[in-house]
Amino acid sequence: MIDISLHKHSAKQEVNSDLSKSKYDFTFALAGNPNVGKSTLFNALTGMNQHTGNWAGKTVSLEYGSCKHKDNLIRLVDLPGSYSLQHDSPEEEVTDDFIKSNDYDCVILVVDATSLERNLMLAVQVLKQTQMAVLCLNLMDEAKKQGISIDTDELSLRLGIPVVETAANKNRGINELMDKALDVASGRAKTFAVKSICDIGNRKSDYESRAEEISDLCKKIYCNVVDGTGQRYSSFDRKLDNIFTSKITGIPIMLLVFALIFWLTAYGANYPGEWLSAGFAYIKEQLSALCGLINMNSKLESFLLDGIYTTVSWVVSVMLPPAIIFFPLFALLEDFGYLPRVAFNLDRFFKRAGANGKQALTMLMGFGCNACGVMGCRIINSPRERLIGILTNSFVPCNGRLPTLMAIVSIFFASSLTGFKKSLVTTGILLLMLILVVFLTLAVSLLLSKTILKGTSSSFILELPPYRKPRFIKVILLSLKEKVLYVLSRAVMVAVPAGAIIWLMTNITVSDKSILYYFTDILSPVGEAVGVDGVVLSAFLLGFPANEIVIPIILMSYMSGNVLTEYSSIYELGVLLQSNGWTIVTAICTAVLCLLHFPCSTTCFTIKKETKSNLWTLASIIIPLMSGLFICFVINLISSFITG
Amino acid sequence: MTRCSLDMLPVGEKGVICSIDNTRIKNRILDLGFTKNTEISTLRKSPAGDPTAYLVKGSVIALRCEDARSINVSINNGD
Repeated sequence: MIDISLHKHSAKQEVNSDLSKSKYDFTFALAGNPNVGKSTLFNALTGMNQHTGNWAGKTVSLEYGSCKHKDNLIRLVDLPGSYSLQHDSPEEEVTDDFIKSNDYDCVILVVDATSLERNLMLAVQVLKQTQMAVLCLNLMDEAKKQGISIDTDELSLRLGIPVVETAANKNRGINELMDKALDVASGRAKTFAVKSICDIGNRKSDYESRAEEISDLCKKIYCNVVDGTGQRYSSFDRKLDNIFTSKITGIPIMLLVFALIFWLTAYGANYPGEWLSAGFAYIKEQLSALCGLINMNSKLESFLLDGIYTTVSWVVSVMLPPAIIFFPLFALLEDFGYLPRVAFNLDRFFKRAGANGKQALTMLMGFGCNACGVMGCRIINSPRERLIGILTNSFVPCNGRLPTLMAIVSIFFASSLTGFKKSLVTTGILLLMLILVVFLTLAVSLLLSKTILKGTSSSFILELPPYRKPRFIKVILLSLKEKVLYVLSRAVMVAVPAGAIIWLMTNITVSDKSILYYFTDILSPVGEAVGVDGVVLSAFLLGFPANEIVIPIILMSYMSGNVLTEYSSIYELGVLLQSNGWTIVTAICTAVLCLLHFPCSTTCFTIKKETKSNLWTLASIIIPLMSGLFICFVINLISSFITG
Repeated sequence: MTRCSLDMLPVGEKGVICSIDNTRIKNRILDLGFTKNTEISTLRKSPAGDPTAYLVKGSVIALRCEDARSINVSINNGD
């Protein structure tokens, strides 16, 4: 019997990773239901850019930040959203442990004013534990729009703590909220324990009667403070859901949405890609001239320019353009509230595969980074299904692989086309790949749930948030900033050392052959069996620290044979690959291997952390690797059969 | 007044929760506000027919059919 119990994320452990709290005057914690705007408030307060999204479970662990208010240095803790303190999921346990720890001076209870009754259920549970709290009535702007008005004085009286109206996404009410929190923390504002709240669970303590007591109490409070017939699930939401989740249009529209994102990315990335390549090539010329001027050793010059500079410029010019288009679009979709609908639409298919529809959400997170996707699997409640989600997450092409795929596709499948047509074909193939990824994920999930992770699928409980008008400018700018920084920092951290190592491997020779040659030579029989060559395989192996460097490695190995080939565009890249024997089969197999090899080192590390098991980490490497090699082997077999 | 399990509550219909069977998801759905005497309505089914979205205490919660089966609701036919 294999142990599938996953590591519990205790608050204590995570607190250790934080800076010492001693230098802060106060610690405030943000608690509340999932998706009520805690992270938005956290960002507004700290000036940090923690990723926010309109779906439950976006934040799964404690996040720390700091801010200054009236000369007090305040440590802020963003707790993962939870529905209850009587937990049975890891992220709720984090919240519960934290509230019990008393490691704070004030809890800011963030509630969604448009869904007050349900939100109060957590608030009263927290208030039973501590009265060092303020209630933050967030999303007040939306509530007012829906005709909901709330008597805050009455609410404050009934809860025993100050109540502040805010609209965190518009920076409204935040100063007042901090004033009140500071008053509570420093004892200037008196809070009091309300008898009906303290009495919860005193008569009967079983889960159900406690929950009923809480629910009845909240209903009573709600009826006394809320006026208005506002409907949170409005007719507008209903109309949108009629399009996005209906039997006929639900899935086609989902495909269309992704096609549109891929198309805009493929079409739009061309231009900045060319500009960047041209810019980098120009700078290289200048640098080369400069090196000549100062009589730099030619080996050193080659090491710096052909090794490090070229790798960095390739990583940036291949990775950056798609990233700055894809991710802002994706962030808009997320902000709009579409992602939970994808899980809703697809759950049935995941259920058949013995998995959970929430896995669709973690797959979508995988587009950004597989490590994030793996960590996001905490939203899946059943340990068995969470493991399936973790083991299959690397099937989704992340930030470091999607641009590689796009480059291969545009060279080999759409090379004769230009502009609009080219982007359409690229989109089509990418969409096919996405569908392939989903099918493969489902197939492997099914296989896992029939073999080593036996079991039937458990339950799927997911909140579908109201649609929100995307905050276009804010979301786009934030996501741009995040992605540009991300890609550039990766380029520096990974591409610089990788460039240096690869240059050394191609330039240090043993009996007239480079080290890289011996390396690729050993791998070439395997490579040829799966439709590629030793160079491609060694590129994936050496790309273990980061998938971004796979293409630069391939390029440098091919160029080491020639006297330096200058390249400045995708087209020249194509010529180089073809002159090294690439055919359409090589391209297909490389694309498949790009999707399916092994997770990068960061992802493996995260998997180890999440599963606390070497065995599962190993499985997460073997599963995609074997699937990839097998598929390529079959493709190669078929193609050699056809071509004789 | 008729009683049925929640999965049998047709789309567009309203009911009131009268009891929840003891299943492994009982606590989770209690936390979400699926408590006795709470009004609930069926909003829509997903494209493949399952899960189904329900409106409870102003929030939309999706549940699979077998989980909804453990929730018993009464429908007021007089309405």
